[in-house]
Amino acid sequence: MEFFKIRKDIPFMRHALVLNAVSFITFILAVFFLFSRGLHLSVEFTGGTLMEVSFSQAVALDPMRERIAALGINDVQVQNFGSSRDVLIRMPAAKGSNAAELSTKVMGGLKEMDPSAELRRTEFVGPQVGDELAIDGLKALACVVIGIMIYLAIRFEWKYAVAGIIANLHDVIIILGFFAYFQWEFSLPVLAAVLAVLGYSVNESVVIFDRVRENFRRYRKMNTVEIIDNAITSTISRTIITHGCTQLMVLSMLLFGGATLHYFALALTIGILFGIYSSVFVAAAIAMWLGIRREDLIKTVKKDGPDEDPNDPNAGAVV
Amino acid sequence: MNRYALWKYLVILVAFCVGGLYTLPNFFGEAPAVQVSASRASVKVDTATLGKVEEALKAASLSPSMIGLENNSLKARFETTEQQLQAKDAIQTALNPDAANAGYVVALNLIARTPTWLSALSAAPMYLGLDLRGGVHFMLQVDMNAALTKKIDSLSGDLRSALREKSIRHNGISREKETIQMGFRDQATADAAVALMREQFPDLVYELSTQGDEVKLSASLKPEAAKRVQDQALKQNITTLHNRINELGVAEPVIQQQGLDRIVVQLPGVQDTAKAKDILGRTATLEIRMVEESSEARLAELGSGAVPLGAEKYLDRSGQAVIVKKQVVLTGENLTDAQPGFDNQTQEAAVHLTLDAKGARIFKEVTRENVGKRMAILLFEKGKGEVVTSPVIRSEIGGGRVQISGRMTTMEAADTSLLLRAGSLAAPMEIIEERTIGPSLGAENIAKGFDSVTWGFVAVTAFMCIYYALFGVISSVALAVNLLLLVAVLSMLQATLTLPGMAAMALVLGMAIDANVLINERVREELRNGASPQTAIHMGYDRAWSTILDSNVTTLIAGLALLAFGSGPVRGFAVVHCLGILTSMFSAVFFSRGLVNLWYGRQKRLQSVSIGTVWKPDTTTQNVIAKAKAD
Repeated sequence: MEFFKIRKDIPFMRHALVLNAVSFITFILAVFFLFSRGLHLSVEFTGGTLMEVSFSQAVALDPMRERIAALGINDVQVQNFGSSRDVLIRMPAAKGSNAAELSTKVMGGLKEMDPSAELRRTEFVGPQVGDELAIDGLKALACVVIGIMIYLAIRFEWKYAVAGIIANLHDVIIILGFFAYFQWEFSLPVLAAVLAVLGYSVNESVVIFDRVRENFRRYRKMNTVEIIDNAITSTISRTIITHGCTQLMVLSMLLFGGATLHYFALALTIGILFGIYSSVFVAAAIAMWLGIRREDLIKTVKKDGPDEDPNDPNAGAVV
Repeated sequence: MNRYALWKYLVILVAFCVGGLYTLPNFFGEAPAVQVSASRASVKVDTATLGKVEEALKAASLSPSMIGLENNSLKARFETTEQQLQAKDAIQTALNPDAANAGYVVALNLIARTPTWLSALSAAPMYLGLDLRGGVHFMLQVDMNAALTKKIDSLSGDLRSALREKSIRHNGISREKETIQMGFRDQATADAAVALMREQFPDLVYELSTQGDEVKLSASLKPEAAKRVQDQALKQNITTLHNRINELGVAEPVIQQQGLDRIVVQLPGVQDTAKAKDILGRTATLEIRMVEESSEARLAELGSGAVPLGAEKYLDRSGQAVIVKKQVVLTGENLTDAQPGFDNQTQEAAVHLTLDAKGARIFKEVTRENVGKRMAILLFEKGKGEVVTSPVIRSEIGGGRVQISGRMTTMEAADTSLLLRAGSLAAPMEIIEERTIGPSLGAENIAKGFDSVTWGFVAVTAFMCIYYALFGVISSVALAVNLLLLVAVLSMLQATLTLPGMAAMALVLGMAIDANVLINERVREELRNGASPQTAIHMGYDRAWSTILDSNVTTLIAGLALLAFGSGPVRGFAVVHCLGILTSMFSAVFFSRGLVNLWYGRQKRLQSVSIGTVWKPDTTTQNVIAKAKAD
């Protein structure tokens, strides 16, 4: 079986301007939503109490809200979680009140309403922890970005490092944009997913850059644009197959992982899809505009294969 | 060229065997068990205990499927939950005849059904996190400022009596924030005080200043002494928590220091979370102070007039105000034991306290000097003080045995003594993070994580086998080996597996296949360019390697950053992620190459390889198996 029967190099870079405009607009939109709507941060970041309660049959949420409000607890969010029998209750962090007491009080109220109420999970995070988590998250992000840039700069050249990291940060912002636009809950596992995607989708750029370097060595008559086109064309099948396989795994998580892993898998899905797009169109295009040249790479790399004939008629299309 | 040296095959074989061996314990499941451990350091769980337990079980006609000693605890495994519960009761009555003074913690637990020969190799199943097995997780923040203030308070008390002993006169000693302020009439007395401090209080640094005709002395803790106080406070709180949790009867509690001022408590399998929270949340500290007896204080006690300087107002259990001095006579640090009981004469419920040597000496001194005056015993819970009792001192009390009685029910006496015995805290603590996971949710999470991994795995391998034919099968086997090795490493390291960890497992498998796709695509490409099959395999692996290395390094950078800065769920994710990347390098490249070499390497005149369609732009017919002619 072969999905990719490409006869000639696809001139990706001819459309670079349009594609980059598209991703620039998406990026701006994502940033806009991030600022206008903000992320719907989970209890882990904001501090507060979260309770998951399950009932033996479907329950109406409004009487439950009233019941909890009657206990003197304000700003409570009550929503279904996974099914109509499971309810998620979020309470903001209140100064001086004890989480243990709070959840016991609410459970007491709910048990009066419906004796089948069963406390499945509670989570309480103090406000001081939330701030720390946010700061640690940013530190981790900075670390990943710097680490990857240094690695790419050593392995290739600074232009590739810049191109690679811009392309992939653009993915991260777009994931966050989705979470802001749909007001999906941004929790710690989602943060982990975002950073994992960052590491993963840099792979893509690395594979293409690797090919670009190899092509610079092999095809001396081609210009930079042709070389990039050839590199992308010859790796596109691999790119789509690997991402497809990873996406199969993520899809399985989305289907079988339940509510806890839902947003985690969703973040990965967006990350993987935009990862393909950004590595193919954004990273290479930025690298092109930064002016990558044969001379930048060749001098540092030793030759490890017989040179191909520069006039090889098949040189362009090898897929 | 596609031959492996014998040692490489041996490496693969050894890795495979070790991986299989350490993965094996995960398949045996868990059985209900009863676990016995010591609740006090003075109690030992040894062969004598084992004998007692065996006897008790025989008497109850229960036969455990396994019983043995391990790491200072005794474990007995049973076939059914019913037997387990009966056994717990039998062991409880045999070991702890006096329920109020239990020497052993008898807890229900689940133990892996790992066969003994596997346990002997210290192979154990993966350690499941709380979100998978259910339980309670707390993070507590120790109030270090309070620990310092308390230390300064007790130091200023000591300083006062030391000055009195040497008859150095002063114009008052008071605490201001974290310093002790003293005033002296002249330089000579101040110098004498400084000399005394240098000799008896090496933890203090001091500053002299003249204010009018008074010489001011300001003393504060040396930084290293302050650090020591904080360390001790944290250690004492951890010990206290250990004691309290022992009262709960949890099989494998985790109590750890985190950072400089935090303690993490994890109680796996605890069902009664409300009680756990209640016992842990009781951050009680005990203080003994003198009641302020001045007439002003009397008025304040009745509700009219201000509380005099150097005193504070607290309420007792009936709501009556008591004005006590700020100066602390004794704290919970000096308490060694507290037991509920009855007053010998009145038969009222009482709590019997035992003080350590220093406490006993101070108590004796204070009671001697204050006969006829009142003394207050205060309990501070969550920053709120309450007077437990404020008895009149009838006579000097020596020997360090103190009895608290009056206005208490038997239940209250038992409660108070439990609280005090469990040890009071050196500094108050606050729960800043709490996570409770019901046991049913834990089981569900395991099932969900397992399903995600299984179905994802099935889908990926099915695709690979169809798309890449035999090479796809080899890639799938390599992926399975990757999973095997990952589970084996996790079992060996006993790293905590959480639901995000299981997600990481699925994700890492999805990413690991990347290496095989790269290799297979490269081999196809070489074939397409007209290389002979053997050369194509060789070149494919060779050229893909640098790319695989690059991409794994970038993924690993992200994983390590998560490991370094992540906490809780993120950490669980990162551990599996990083380990998975490492094992995938072995399985996807080294192991799969081994299989390929084994299959194709011997054939000198290899005509074709089964790697799915190798499509060439100039051919019109497609074959499932490529016929790449060797030139």
